Amino acid sequence: MILSLAIIAISLAYVGLLFAIAYWAERRVERGRSVIAQPTVYALSLAVYCTAWTFYGSVGQAAETGIGFLPIYLGPTLSALLWASVLLKMIRISKSARITSIADFIASRYGKSQLLGGLVTLIAVLGVIPYIALQLKAVSWSFEILRHYPQVRMPETTALPLWHDSAFAVALLLAAFAILFGTRQLDVSERHEGLVAAIAFESLVKLFAFLALGVFVTLELMAPDGLSLETLVSDPALAQRLAPVLSPRLPPLYDWFAVNLLAGLAIILLPRQFQVAVVENSDERHLRRAIWLFPLYLWLINLFVIPIALAGLSIFPDGSTAADTFMLTVPMAMKRPDLALLVFIGGLSASTGMVIVETVALSTMVSNDLVLPLLMRLWPRHQPRAHLGQLLLMIRRLAILGILVLSYLYYRLAGEAYALVNIGLISFVAVAQFAPPLIGGLYWRGGTREGALAGLLVGFLIWVYTLLLPSFAKSGWLPPAFMDSGIGGLAFLAPQALFGLEGWNPITHGLFWSLTANLLMFIGVSSLRTPRPIEAAQARLFVDILRDPRRNRTSVWRGQADVRELLALTERFLGPERTRLAFAKHARTRGFSSSDELPADPETVGFAETLLSGAIGSASARLMIASVTQEESLGLEEVLAILDEAWQVRLYSQQLEQKSRDLEAATAELRAANERLQELDRLKDDFMSSVTHELRTPLASIRAFAEILRDHPDLDPEQRQRFLAILVSEAERLSRLVDQVLDLAKIESGHADWHTEILALQHLVEDTVTMTAPLVKERGISVQLDLPPEPAWVWGDRDRLIQVLENLIANAAKFAPSGSGRIEIGLRRLGPVWRLNVADNGPGIPAAELELIFERFHQSSAGGAKPLGTGLGLPISRRIITHLGGRIWAENRQPRGAKLCVELPACHSDAIIPDKSGSQHP
Amino acid sequence: MIQQVLTMKSILIIDDEPHILIALEFLMKRSGYEIQVARDGETALEAIRTHRPDLVILDVMMPKLDGFAVLESVRADPGLKHLRVLMLTAKGRATDRDRGLKLGADAYLTKPFSTHELIERVRTLLETPT
Repeated sequence: MILSLAIIAISLAYVGLLFAIAYWAERRVERGRSVIAQPTVYALSLAVYCTAWTFYGSVGQAAETGIGFLPIYLGPTLSALLWASVLLKMIRISKSARITSIADFIASRYGKSQLLGGLVTLIAVLGVIPYIALQLKAVSWSFEILRHYPQVRMPETTALPLWHDSAFAVALLLAAFAILFGTRQLDVSERHEGLVAAIAFESLVKLFAFLALGVFVTLELMAPDGLSLETLVSDPALAQRLAPVLSPRLPPLYDWFAVNLLAGLAIILLPRQFQVAVVENSDERHLRRAIWLFPLYLWLINLFVIPIALAGLSIFPDGSTAADTFMLTVPMAMKRPDLALLVFIGGLSASTGMVIVETVALSTMVSNDLVLPLLMRLWPRHQPRAHLGQLLLMIRRLAILGILVLSYLYYRLAGEAYALVNIGLISFVAVAQFAPPLIGGLYWRGGTREGALAGLLVGFLIWVYTLLLPSFAKSGWLPPAFMDSGIGGLAFLAPQALFGLEGWNPITHGLFWSLTANLLMFIGVSSLRTPRPIEAAQARLFVDILRDPRRNRTSVWRGQADVRELLALTERFLGPERTRLAFAKHARTRGFSSSDELPADPETVGFAETLLSGAIGSASARLMIASVTQEESLGLEEVLAILDEAWQVRLYSQQLEQKSRDLEAATAELRAANERLQELDRLKDDFMSSVTHELRTPLASIRAFAEILRDHPDLDPEQRQRFLAILVSEAERLSRLVDQVLDLAKIESGHADWHTEILALQHLVEDTVTMTAPLVKERGISVQLDLPPEPAWVWGDRDRLIQVLENLIANAAKFAPSGSGRIEIGLRRLGPVWRLNVADNGPGIPAAELELIFERFHQSSAGGAKPLGTGLGLPISRRIITHLGGRIWAENRQPRGAKLCVELPACHSDAIIPDKSGSQHP
Repeated sequence: MIQQVLTMKSILIIDDEPHILIALEFLMKRSGYEIQVARDGETALEAIRTHRPDLVILDVMMPKLDGFAVLESVRADPGLKHLRVLMLTAKGRATDRDRGLKLGADAYLTKPFSTHELIERVRTLLETPT
């Protein structure tokens, strides 16, 4: 008794801790520092999937069937691979349409049908009640077992009066918690952050408890004086018991596949999973982490299932202790009450988390999709209360209480017959019925309301017949004969061997028939007619949500409305304050100063409907809005036209954006081209200005001396002669300059004629030296030649090469000191090239100008005999040599003097092919 | 004669083109001025400071220091404020001309030039009291 009280006290303290965490999280939200805005918290909250079933049942399943427990985790892990599409779509759609539950989601997809929402709710409630019962059973059993510590004994069947039954107390406690944190606000799109924080925390606790026990047991198994595997297997009786665990057999492939499929579907279709994964999601990017973190969590929580099952089987070899209780009974038998208590808390976490989220999700569905539509049918006769929000909240609270009471009843009446695992799987089959309308509706536009209704109804009925009723039959509610022969004694209608399909696991059997019939009906009935306008519109929203998230703003509503009536309607559900705030915010985003200015257009009506959807679900919201507006009925053509128009507008705007980007790119290119042109223009201007300047200088001399000669006829003949000589030389300079400018222009534009042939360089050198001899002699400069005996063959244009040599010699003569000047011309072979040097003993070239001298009109600051240079000789030379495939550069000599070097590719005499055209160069 | 020498105005001709120098020297001597020549900007500045000419005929494109730089140095020196500067250059663009006048040139002639005009401008500049 004292132990019982201690356990109760600890359990209450634990639940108190959950309250504290939830409270703390809600306070954080109010201060704008949400804990839910963490991807890890999101992934942990998804682990509400792991219930007491996982916690206790996996070990039980492993003890009986070896690795049979795995598919329940493998399925979700595999389905996580598809989340990036399926779950992302569901989250986006739900955010944009303020979807409140899976019933709302399916109803919304097929034209916001109240009937469909109601059916989904019914299936969910009936399907999930056994599952909730299972949690109550787990908590109550674990309590009963633990309180007898150190004895290990199985609880008796619950024949206790209600007020002594711990399961009933647990049910009430959980109802209180769910009501407190699940129904504080009406609008489900405002998330239950406190609840989610508590759930994430519980996920950590159950994982920790499982891992702690797992590590402890594994160490015990490995310890030499503990439960060593060798001694276990040496006992033949025990070895047989251990066989499924130690040498597991793969279950039949169809069972394996069925359970994988079931679990993979359940992870998104269970109402609580939809709640945490879709409704409570605060940021779709959190999915990215959940996709790997959640499977990792599942892997961790399964890591020690086999060791614990092994330990359980060896500690309790006689089979009197249920394998489902090994989690608790193993640490108890090992005299570790602390671990047993930790496991109990872990199991409590698993159960409470599941029950609270499941009942909150179901209560929303019951109030929005079951009770409200019924009330709306009554209202025309009975005037409803002014503030409907309070009424809805009350309905939800009662729904939570009602669901838990029903679960408790199921537990009392049927809960004993099945192992934990089977009860869970029966629920999974029920929610698997949502797969065709939901997943089909995300990818197939052709589904209709009738198709979804027919599929769900048939699937649900088969589920009832093949799985629910047999569970009652096993509990003694129905005559056992029902199991063998179905209704009316027809053998082919036997509930677990339908149409003679015998020998299958009941779950696989039920799943196969219900889901097959469901899918066929869904597709078959949907194909009977084309979707109605509203179905088509919703289909677009659901199927294309990832393609164009902006599309869902398109409203296909057309008619007359009054904003005041819309406001009044919304106020009745959300209260005046929140309604005013929401409308004012909407008005601001549309650029109006207050909600009074809002026009009664489709956008406003759509906003009001979406706002209302968050509170009462899309189907009811649609009907409510319709009651205060006069909607024109639109044909499919018109709806599609509206959607197409919006689509066109967006398409055009995208095209416009594309065009504008193209234009910008083109503008940038033009700008760059223009800059290049301006640069070229500037260079040309510079060139022109240089040319003009160079032309003006000799012209100035010519004019000055011509005027002097004209104005001074009295000049002495000597002076006269001198001035005339200057005139002639300046005129020559001028014509040389003009020639060179034209020559350079010709080479640069590529219009120069080239007469290439094979030439021996030393002949050219000798010729040029002869030609320049008068100039050189005039300045008293000596020329030394150092030429090789063998011919220096190169490809080249004779006249052009002579032009280069002339330039180089004239240049050297210009800078070499008059009188003592010396020019040395050398030619030698350097590997593949012939190098020609023209050196002088002049002042040399400043290092900074070694390259500049090859630029047009650059005149060395070293000065020199002026009229000789045009400033174009070296630039032209460089162009010629480059054109012939060689290079030209300047160096300084030691101790003084400049050296201009030319390199031209050597031509092998044996490779010489006479060039007939004379215009090619190699 | 002595009196005449004492009152002779002196001109410094700065240009790196030898033929132009010859022509200018001939023309200015014939007009009765005392002549100095310089072939680059640096030598020119030195000559200005040592010989204190009344006027300089200044080319722009020269080695070492160009005409604009010479003009700037001259105008920055208060001791040289009486010096007349006539720019005579092949740089004939309007921007060059504006630049020269802005820097403080008293006249700006472009090459090729009229000898009569040059003589006339030099005379006017030297007769105008500062």
